Amino acid sequence: MTASTGEFRREAAVAVADAHLQAALETATGRFRTAREIVLAELPDADRLRDHLKAVRAATIANLAGYLEQFEQNATAAGAHVHWARDAAEASAIVTRLARERGVTLAAKSKSMATEEIHLNDALLAAGVTPVETDLGEWILQLAGEPPYHIIAPAIHKTRDQVAALFVQETGAPLPDDNIPTLTATARRELRQRFLDAGMGISGGNIAVAETGSIVLVTNEGNGRMVTSLPPVHVAVIGIEKVAPTWNDAAAWLALLARSATGQPLSIYTTVITGPARAGDPDGPEEVHVILLDNGRSRLLDTVYEEVLQCIRCGACLNICPVYREAGGHAYASPYSGPIGAVITPLLFGVENYPALPHASTLCGACQDVCPVRIDLPRMLLELRAEEVRHGLASTTESLLEKGAAFVLAHERLLRLGRGALALGQKPLVRNGQIRLPAALNPARERDLPSFAPRSFHQLWEELQDE
Amino acid sequence: MRRLGATKVQIGFQSLSDDVLRLNRRGHDVAAARRAVRLLRRAGFEVSFPREQTCCGQPFFNSGFRDQARKLAERTVAIFADEPAVVLPSGSCTTMIRKEYPHLLGDNPRYAYRARRLAARTFELSEFLVHQAGWEPPPGEPHGPVTYHDSCHMCRMLGLRAEPRRLLAQSGHEIVEMAESDRCCGFGGVFSVRMPEISNAMTAEKLQQAADTGAPLLVTADPGCLMQMRGLAGESAGQVRHLATVLEEATR
Repeated sequence: MTASTGEFRREAAVAVADAHLQAALETATGRFRTAREIVLAELPDADRLRDHLKAVRAATIANLAGYLEQFEQNATAAGAHVHWARDAAEASAIVTRLARERGVTLAAKSKSMATEEIHLNDALLAAGVTPVETDLGEWILQLAGEPPYHIIAPAIHKTRDQVAALFVQETGAPLPDDNIPTLTATARRELRQRFLDAGMGISGGNIAVAETGSIVLVTNEGNGRMVTSLPPVHVAVIGIEKVAPTWNDAAAWLALLARSATGQPLSIYTTVITGPARAGDPDGPEEVHVILLDNGRSRLLDTVYEEVLQCIRCGACLNICPVYREAGGHAYASPYSGPIGAVITPLLFGVENYPALPHASTLCGACQDVCPVRIDLPRMLLELRAEEVRHGLASTTESLLEKGAAFVLAHERLLRLGRGALALGQKPLVRNGQIRLPAALNPARERDLPSFAPRSFHQLWEELQDE
Repeated sequence: MRRLGATKVQIGFQSLSDDVLRLNRRGHDVAAARRAVRLLRRAGFEVSFPREQTCCGQPFFNSGFRDQARKLAERTVAIFADEPAVVLPSGSCTTMIRKEYPHLLGDNPRYAYRARRLAARTFELSEFLVHQAGWEPPPGEPHGPVTYHDSCHMCRMLGLRAEPRRLLAQSGHEIVEMAESDRCCGFGGVFSVRMPEISNAMTAEKLQQAADTGAPLLVTADPGCLMQMRGLAGESAGQVRHLATVLEEATR
């Protein structure tokens, strides 16, 4: 996928013009924002906890290889199989191989951004395995054939009516009414049997705890538990940056994850998986496979972008971002949208493929403000922009304009000369002290520009000195 | 500063005429600049104005054109570095000089020291009036309700939320807070040109939130926001005003 500036603008314009969508987006993100503030205020010292978690994350990333090896060792000792995947293709190949070897034809999935990132569902389908998303939001999107709209609330943009229509299409049965209980009951009925039929459960992982080799899953619907305990094989795909050295570190992480994400003190379910079922366990999978996914992450180590690996994927930056709140998630053309998406999408998948994203921000800094680990996302957007210019990716027109403007500004007399000419030339366009450009020159239409003052401050300065 | 006996400040506007706006989409309005000078005088300072100043370079820095930004930064440092204080009626230019110059010019031995020194001596107008000048507007007649927009640079980069409000309140304004007063107005420099649909939608939200307060005046301390919000305010453009303008008129 790609996002040129034109593509981004087109998608965003569709979102801006859709009043239902805007209302849904504002209600949902607004609820998250308010709840986040309330639950953070309940902590004795949220700011200190954030600083602590940031220090933990920074120290972990600085010694990432060591902690990953420790995780591998302890997970293996607990009976899990650990696989290393350099990229999306390797990760998908591991999953499809495991499925093929075990004759799996149906896989139940819980919500996972890592599997969205590697487009695992496409790979599974190509290998003859039917993937079923069991997170309600993800299932809705699977039925709609759409990518997620938000990191933690993938179907945030869908209205109840749209969901009802998708369910009718899927089940072939009319819905007596489209109230919420009917909809959830439909989803429950449809999905329940698939957990039992699935030969493989696929999940992501919120945290990989190195000291015990455990995977922590944070969910709200309970489907994550079914996916990781009912099918005989459980495969977890997890980004290599998600490692916590100790349970103490994981505790700080958990204390901030749900609070920052949905504004819950903890999510409804916090599931810890340490290896497969042991003898005598009433349930649990016979096999657990953990796939540690690099896919461009290790490239960021020891660069100006290393800090972004501290991200715990809470989505708080999306909920606050004034650009995301207008443009919506699909404009980013990536599973990762909003400010974090604008940074990691070009970093993971190539800035040349996503030239719009480093610019999809006013650099307002609200994202850094709410980030539980205070990642300086605006700084990284600036670095990406500078990288574009350095590598000649900026358009010729833009380069000429920027360089020309800088040249004039570096020559004060040239600037004054130009100003004088423009102050005269603007006259026919000035109304109410503002310039209204003809439609052809004014892509945004409704925006006026300030007119040039009849006299510049340079000229007024003489007068001011006499005041 | 006054306690230390200093009575002279340089005023820097990044650009002092609306012309620069044409070129880089930032801009100051001349009226606000003029009023800032008067305010500084009322606070007891002599104001000087180096004529050769143009632009601090932030638009180029923010677009990734680092060489161009560096050149304008060097120029600005050379013009202002020896002054006791430089005051800017703009949170955004203040941020550029204070936060970005030290590392943008950090590798250049000719400028590194002077850039750091200038960074330490550069102040946003309300910050300077409150903290450096210790100025309190004389209590006058009440001037009616206003609502204040926290620009991103003012509140998040410079931490200036209380200062402009304090001056507005002291000069007789009742501040009616809008919802999300620190939500970006949608300007973002070149962003407003690159992605006008989103930029305008953001501004429309901001103007709505301001209008919901019922306050007739929308005040902000950043010329970029001012231009953006005015640009979409249509006939009410005159009701969107720079902090310096509002303060100066109220303290005559």
